[in-house]
Formats: sequence, structure tokens, C-alpha cells
Amino acid sequence: MSQALLPTLLNLLLRAFVVLLLPPLIPGLITKIKAWMAGRSGPPVLQLYYDLAKLAQKQAVFSRTTTWVFLAGPVGTVAALLVASLLIPLGHTAPLLAFEGDVILFAYLLGLGRFLTVLSALDTGSAFEGMGAAREVSFSALAEPALFFGFAALARATGSLSLTPMLQSHGMWTAGHLSGPLMLILAGWGIVFLAENSRIPVDDPNTHLELTMIHEVMVLDHSGRPLALILYGASLKLVVLGALLVDPLLPVLSKGWLNGLAFLGGLGLLAVVVGVVESTTARFRMNKVPQFLVAGVLASAFAFLLLLV
Amino acid sequence: MSPDFLIALTMLTNFTLVATSRVNKAIQLAVFQGILMGLIPLAMGLGKHLHILLLALVAIALKGGFIPYLFRRALRQVKIRREVDPYVGYTVSLLLCAAGTGLSLVLAHALPLKAGTTPTFLVPAALATLFTGFLLLVSRRTALTQVVGYLVLENGIYLFGLLLVEEMPVLVETGILLDLFVGVFVMGIVINHIHMAFDSTDTGFLAELKD
Amino acid sequence: MRLYLLSLLLAACSGIPGLFLRRRGAEVSAGLMTVSALLGLGAAVGVLAGGPVPSLRLPALALGSPSLLVLDAVAAWFLIPVLLLAACGAWYGVRYWEEAHGHPRWVRLVFGGLTAALVLLVAAAHTWLFLLAWEAMAIGAFLLVLTEDRLAEARRAAWIYLVSTHTGTLCLFGAFALLAGVAGTWDLGALPRGFAASRLGTQTFLLFMVGFGLKAGVMPLHIWLPPAHAAAPSHVSSLMSGVLIKMGILGMVRLITWIPDPPLWWGALFLGLGGVSGILGVAFALGQHDLKRLLAYHSIENIGIILLGLGLGLVGKSTGQPALEALGFAGALLHVLNHSLFKGLLFLAGGAVVHATGTRNLEQLGGLAKAMPWTSGAFLAGSWAICGLPPLNGFVSEWFIYLGAFRAMAGARWPWSVGVLAALALIGALALACFAKAYGTVFLGTPRTAAAAAAHEAPRAMLLPMGVLAGACGLIGVFPMAVAPALDRAIAGLGEALPASSRLAHLPLVTVLALTLALLALGLTRWVWAGRRSEPVPPELPTWDCGYAEALPRAQYTASSFAEGLVTGARWVLFPKVQGPQVQGPFPEPTRFESHVPDPVLDRALEPAFRLGARGLVLLHFFQTGQLPVYLLYVLLTLLFLLIWMVV
Repeated sequence: MSQALLPTLLNLLLRAFVVLLLPPLIPGLITKIKAWMAGRSGPPVLQLYYDLAKLAQKQAVFSRTTTWVFLAGPVGTVAALLVASLLIPLGHTAPLLAFEGDVILFAYLLGLGRFLTVLSALDTGSAFEGMGAAREVSFSALAEPALFFGFAALARATGSLSLTPMLQSHGMWTAGHLSGPLMLILAGWGIVFLAENSRIPVDDPNTHLELTMIHEVMVLDHSGRPLALILYGASLKLVVLGALLVDPLLPVLSKGWLNGLAFLGGLGLLAVVVGVVESTTARFRMNKVPQFLVAGVLASAFAFLLLLV
Repeated sequence: MSPDFLIALTMLTNFTLVATSRVNKAIQLAVFQGILMGLIPLAMGLGKHLHILLLALVAIALKGGFIPYLFRRALRQVKIRREVDPYVGYTVSLLLCAAGTGLSLVLAHALPLKAGTTPTFLVPAALATLFTGFLLLVSRRTALTQVVGYLVLENGIYLFGLLLVEEMPVLVETGILLDLFVGVFVMGIVINHIHMAFDSTDTGFLAELKD
Repeated sequence: MRLYLLSLLLAACSGIPGLFLRRRGAEVSAGLMTVSALLGLGAAVGVLAGGPVPSLRLPALALGSPSLLVLDAVAAWFLIPVLLLAACGAWYGVRYWEEAHGHPRWVRLVFGGLTAALVLLVAAAHTWLFLLAWEAMAIGAFLLVLTEDRLAEARRAAWIYLVSTHTGTLCLFGAFALLAGVAGTWDLGALPRGFAASRLGTQTFLLFMVGFGLKAGVMPLHIWLPPAHAAAPSHVSSLMSGVLIKMGILGMVRLITWIPDPPLWWGALFLGLGGVSGILGVAFALGQHDLKRLLAYHSIENIGIILLGLGLGLVGKSTGQPALEALGFAGALLHVLNHSLFKGLLFLAGGAVVHATGTRNLEQLGGLAKAMPWTSGAFLAGSWAICGLPPLNGFVSEWFIYLGAFRAMAGARWPWSVGVLAALALIGALALACFAKAYGTVFLGTPRTAAAAAAHEAPRAMLLPMGVLAGACGLIGVFPMAVAPALDRAIAGLGEALPASSRLAHLPLVTVLALTLALLALGLTRWVWAGRRSEPVPPELPTWDCGYAEALPRAQYTASSFAEGLVTGARWVLFPKVQGPQVQGPFPEPTRFESHVPDPVLDRALEPAFRLGARGLVLLHFFQTGQLPVYLLYVLLTLLFLLIWMVV
């Protein structure tokens, strides 16, 4: 009995740690890598934790133009991401819930977060935030098909409609003819990852210039605890979408806790890669971003086509 | 009275209608033809069916009584005695009517109709009356004469109906009568309105309504 | 059957007392409609809960055949949205369409008649009764679209609607006649095997598709939808969009029930039409700046989704895959109900906006959430549901269709259904963009005109129906297992031995996750609120906006600019008409900028074609003399020609 209980408990602990405590570390890692590559020492890796703690103690200020929808953005996004994290496997550990068709729920929960963020941006009645909202919905219309083509390809390859079997069938990927499609899927999803998390080359998370903002501009007016939720939500999104990228590549290890460690290592590696990418590429001109996203769609679509022959 | 005699009388009435230029006379002839229509089925011996007897009596009452009454009312308001210049002259009309009767004799012979116990001249008379009615409608200017033409047209259709009167359901027969009644009623209203609008019943004025 | 007939009678007569009563006529007719709805819903629920199927043979009509009413599971399923929307619309109309708007008693009378026609149509099992109810429905809707007949726009919309619906009815007459020839009876029922594959079967199918497609608003037969929905009073628009167009779907569903062996290309046709309608519908909705036209184009999009579901089911039926069949049909039928609920809600909320501000133009609204909080909440609920976002009901029906598409793709040799997946994903993303635009422009931000600033909340009679519909959306979204057994019974007639939807889709888990979502949201909100300190904060702070405080309402993003990225990106499909400003010289005059997205079929194809045809027909003016005798001469000549032709 305790044999079965211990792994489950460890699993739960790992999940709680990854979902609740780990996320703010990832942006810190990325920022550190970028600073290191630029020859600076940069802020400490735990900076975001300090920021969240500081914001949690500050009073939020609301504009007279806003309504309750303004709060629905941060609250809804974090809630949706937390529910989505229940569905996604972390490495080769089992998720809390897995059932047929949970991919759709996963994708639509992300969409829910996006919807509420866009609405909270429009609620401020400012031209800047409207601009960010308009760009966000236009680009996500291109990113969705990329995500879905990737899911379709994985569903076809694994014959299953649930996230866990899709992402964890590592044994199949070592077979030669499947690694090509996998690389294409990960390329497509990598583009979606960069777009959804507002990383260079799609969007610069550190800029506040009108020409270049997409996600940053939507959260301009938040302060205090809502801003803390937004920052936390952004980091959680990095983890959740990062799990999509990392899981198919992880090897299957013998012990449960080794799998968990492998996943954490994979996330760390992903953060390093993102940092390097951000440091070495320049941000695209705004009208190049749709082309970039279409390239992602094509990559996923080609992955699907390759699986047919 | 044999039905053939009545049918021949109908055809004669056609000729007279086409040739007359006095509106009063045309109306009287139309009434006369209507009564003939009512009498023909009785002469053909169909009066033994109760519903046909009833219909014939109602037809006579309508065409002989009520419709002339409507006409007289219209005449009183309009005060016309003579027809205005028709589109087709009287002599030509007469010739056309004769040609039409001839054509209907030929057609009736050639049409694939079942040979029955109906009088031989029934179908030609029906077609000829139809043609006469159309002729009146097409060639006359006065709205009243056009109504007369319409009545004659209906008589022609009625004659056709007599071919099937034993099998034809009650619905169709009463339909014709209703059609007639409504037609004259509506025409009465239209005549009144034309008169009010143009102070004349010359239907040529209606062409102004074209866009 | 008694409940059903009583409901029918009450619905038909609901407008009559209002003709005589001076003061409370509106409430009385709304009350009658509510009683009718409750009775009818009782009958429907009884059938869907597994009770016996009531049927009724009426005595012979003059045409010599008996007429038949059968309230089977499909009829009961379609009856639910009919009665629900009719009752909500009736209560809404009490305060929405008052004396000042013109003809309120007439509107109530015809509304009752229209509802009765719809109630009759769902249960009609005999050709003549079906066509009678169909025509009554079409004419009722026509009269209601024409309510504001002083506006040229309403007259044009009603005219286009009348022509479209009668073209469809003509096709239906032909199709039913062909059907009766095969079946040998005017009763509507199952057809022999092999009929669908024959040439006659193909002709009948195509006629039915045109007839029902015109009513349902499938592209390219959708031309009447946007003008009619924009011109009609809002509770009529909600009934039309929620229920009337579903009658086209009812026809298609009945057709599927009668054919035991549909050929594969039928399913492919449904899928193709569904994809086109869905994607183009939402793309055109993005370009609209009239609130009700936007909602109308979204109805076209959702009909597309329903057709995708029906297509999947048909393919499953043709290829013998019961799971695919069940998922496709279940998704389609559930979406029928869901769409009625949230589209009805959206039209009612939109009508409240029009009622309060007097305009439908998105660019003249804004900031209404402050003045109309309940209406804003209702519209948000409707938008949330129509985008298919969890935990509301739109997600559940789309989920069924996704599951079907995934299943079809996983094992097949040629995974055609990936197209369905991509189409649905694209539709979902574009719908999200469009409703973010609609809700954001109308309710959020600051008012753009004085009319918007002067808005007031809708009266309770208008808010209550919106609340009922929103509640129903939430209920089905969070507890889909409640409707799953009824749904299974409804689709049972469409195929043989279909598996239960609860076995194919893990609905209880959806409930669990929805409740988790709600709990988390509540918890986080509480945490945020707990952050309030004791020191007071100045209440009238402007938006910080990166330091550009005190921005004008005109500086906000307009609806057109919000959608501009997508509309420009899709300009090879939408063909937007942009009239740019004429800016010349160093001191230019004031000028204007206009952009429109005209309807592709009506404005860009049919109207130019008709104008060309009219120019050609002017040549025939020679024959139009305007003189009555000449026309009668034409009749005589035709008659002579026919007689002579018969003889020789």
C-alpha cells in the first residue's frame, strides 16, 4: 500500500512544485542568460519572486474607465492556466487528469485566457491597449492552426486523442522515420511558443515602444496584486507551453523521481535556449510576424503530411 | 327546345354583340346570352340531377337579374350611350368573328375529344364564344363593353364546362359562378375609379400608368 | 399530445387578447406565450426522457389526404429552443417594442402566429402539413421583418427575404413531389434502400439541399440573412436566428432520418459547405460595423459548424463507423440547441443596446458596461459561449465535433478530417477576434458619442429573458451530462445502433474541470480583493496609458481598426471597399474615410448581374405598351397558338 502511495505523493508534490513554485524561476533564468550573453551580470535569478512578493503588498490602482472585466483578465488567465496544467504531463510522470479529447480543452483554456486578457485590455479605453489587443487577436488567429496541426500529427502517429499518450510516446520517436516529423512539429510549436509568450523575435518583453508591443501593452494599466497575477501567469504559461515542447524529447527513466528531474532539467535547458535565441535574433518588423507564424503553420502541416506517406 | 337550337342562338348573339355600337344593346344581349346559358343544360336533359338544376337556376338569377342590375348602376353613374371609336372597326370585327367561328369549327373537329352524347355544336360554340369575348375585350375602348366581353368569355368557358358537367365536382361549377360574380363586381369598382380619375371610361387613359 | 396541441393553440392565440386590451395587452400575450412554452416544454421533455411518442391523425383535408403530427425525439429536441426563445422574446418585447415604435399589437399577433407555425413544423409528418407550416413560418417572418416599413432598408430586407424563401419553397415543392412519387404516399417516412444512390435520389437531394440551405443560410445561399436580421426588431431577430434558420437544419436532419444508406459524396458536400460557411461567415463578420449584421454573419458561421457535424455523421453512416456517426450527429444537434440559446441571448442583449442608444453602429457606441451592467454581463456570457470557450455550452458541442474529426483522422488511410480540424480551429480563433471586437467596442472603454453616454439600463422585463438564456448556457456548459441522455434519444433516429455520447466523451470530467476553474477564479479574486489597504485611493483616476493620461474617447481603437489587421490580411477573400481621405495641399479640407465589407454574393455578384440583366431587358420595352387591350391580345394569341399546337 505504501509502495503505491509514495510515488503518487511524490508525483503530487512534484506537480505542485512545478506549477505553483517553479514558474517565476524560468523568466529569471532567461533574463540571466540574456544578460550573460550581453556581458552584464544582470538581476538575480530569483528576481521575479522578489517582484511578486513586493507587488503582493502594494495596493492596486484602478482607472475610472475600467469595470470588473479589468480584473477578469489576470484572474481568468491564471485560473485557466492552472486548470490546463492539470491536464499536461510533466515529463514521464502522469498528469492529474487524462481523458480522450483533453487536447481540445487544453487549447481552448489557453484561448480563454487570451480572450479575457484582450477584454481587460480594451476595458481601459486607451489607444495603446486597444492596439495590443488588435495585434494579439490577429496573430493568435495564425498561431491556433499551427498548434492544432501539431496535435493532429501527434494524434495520427500515436493513434490517441489524449495529451498524455501523445506527448509521452518516446519509444516511437527513436524510430528513424518519425524523427523528421517530430522535428517539424517541434519547430512549429517552437514558433507558437515564442509568439504566445511574447519573446523575441515576435515581441520584446522588455520594451515599451508603441511600435513593438503586443503583450506588454495589454497589461500597461495593471498594478499591485493583479499585476502580480499577470507576471505569475506569464511565467506559468512558459512552463505549461514549455512542457509541450520538452516532453516528446525526454527519455524514459527507471525511477519516477528521475523522470521528474529529467523534466526539470529539460525546462532549464529550454530556458537557456530561449535566452540564447532572444539574444542572438532581432525583433521582426510587425508585418513580418504573420509570415513567421505562417511558417510555423506550414511546419506543422508538413509534419502531418510526412506522417501520411 | 332542342339544345342545338339554343346553341345556334348563342352563336347568333355573338355576331350581334360584335356588331353593335350601343352600350345598352350590348348589355341586353349579354344578359340574353346568360339566360341561354342557364337554359342549355336543362334542354340537354341534365335537369334530372338536382345540383345541376339548382346551379342552372342560380345562374339564370345571377346572369339575368343581379348582373344587369350592377350594370345599370354603373351606367347611371357614367351616362354613356354610344361606344367611343373602337380599335378595330365594326365591319372588321364582324369579319373577324366569322373567321373565328370558322376556325373553331375546324379546331373542334380536330381536337382529340371523346365522342359522347353531347350536341355536336357544343364545342365549336364554346370556342366561338370564347373568341368573341376576347375580341370584345381587345378591340373596345369603353370599360363597360370590356366587362361585357368578359361576361361572354365566361359564357364560353361555361359551355366547355357542360361537357363534363356530370363528372365535374360541384366545386368547379360554383367556382365559375363565383369567378363571374367577383369579376363583374371588381369591374364595377374599376369602372367607377377610372371615371373618377379621368372623367371618362376610356381605358386608353390607363396607358398613362405605364412607367 | 394534448399538451402539445394546447401549447400550439396558446401560442397561436397569444397575440389576440393584445388586440383588444388597452393597457396590459403586452403582458397578457407574454403570459400566454409563457404558458404555451411551459406546456410544450413539458411535452418535449416527456418524449426526450424516454416516454411514448405521441402522434395524431387529423381528419381528411379538402385535398383528400389525412395529415399526421408526430412528436418524436428529433421534434422534441427542436421544440425546446422554439418555445424557450419564443417565451423569452415575448417577455422581452413587452418593454422593447412599445407604442412609440409602431404596430406593437400587430407584432405580437404575428409573433404568436410565427411561433405556432414553428411548433407545427417540428412535428409535421405529412408533406402538406409540413409545407403549410413552412409557408406560414416564412410569411410570418416576412411580415415581422417588414415591421418598420417606413424605412427603405426594412423594405429591401423583407423583399430579399421573401424572394429567397420562396425560391427555397419552390425547390421543396419539387423535392417533395419527387419523394411522394417514390414513396407512393404523402406521409413522410423512411425511404427504400438504393433510392439515395439513384439519379432520382440525387435530384431530390439537391433540390432539398437548395430549399433547406436557403432557409438555413448556408453560403452562398445566405444573402437574405444579414439584411433581414438587421432590419427586424431584436426579439424577432433572436427568434429568426435562433430557431427559424434551424428549421432548415431540421429539414436536413429529417432527410438523413429517411435515408438508410446515404452515398459518401453527401457527407463530403455537407463538410465542404460547412467549412465554407463557417470560415467565410466569421471572416465577413469581422468586417461589419453594424452590430446586428455582425451577429447575423456569426449565425452563418455556426450553421457551418452544424453542417460540419452533420457531414461527419453522414460520412460515418456511409462508411459504417457508428462512433463517428454518433459524435458528428450529437455535436450537430447539441450545437443547434446551444446556438439557439447563445445567439438568442446575443440578439436580445444587442437589442437592449439599440433600445438604449438608438444606434446599431459599433463605431458610435462604447463604455456601456458602466451604464448597463446586466446587459453587458449577458452579452459577455453570449460572447463567451459563441467563441466555444469553456466552461460554457459552445465548448461542449464543438468538442463533440472535434472528437469526431480526430477519430476519423486517427485510423483512416486518407485523413481528410484534418481539414475539419483546421477549419474549426481557424473558426474558433477568428470568432474570438470578432467577439473581442464586438464586446470591447460596445461595452468597454469610454462612450464615443453623446448617444452612448446617455444610455440607460434595460428594464427588468428585458433583462429577465437574457438571464434565463444565460443561465441555460451555463447549465449546459457545466453539466453536459444532464442533456446527454436526451441528446442520445434525439440522434437515435439518425442511424442504427449508435453508441451513447456519454461513452464516447467524458462529460463528467468536463464538469469537474469547469467547477475547478470557477473555484480557482473565486479564490484568486478573493486574494486580489484582500490586497486592498486601509488608505483611501483617489477614486477618479484616469487610465495611466503609459503616461498619456486624459486620452479622448476618440483616441480609442474603433471596431474597424481592431479588425483591420485580419480584414486586410484576408482582403483577397473579403474584398473590402475602402474610400480613402482626399488629403491635398498644405492646408487640406476636412475629409472623411469610409470602409465597408459588402456581402460577397448579394452586393458583389447578384446585384451587378441583375443590373446587367435589367439593361438587357430594356430592349423588351417595345412590348410594354401600357394599353390593356394589347395585353389581352397577347393572351388571346397565346391561347390560339396553344390550341393550334394541340391540333397539329
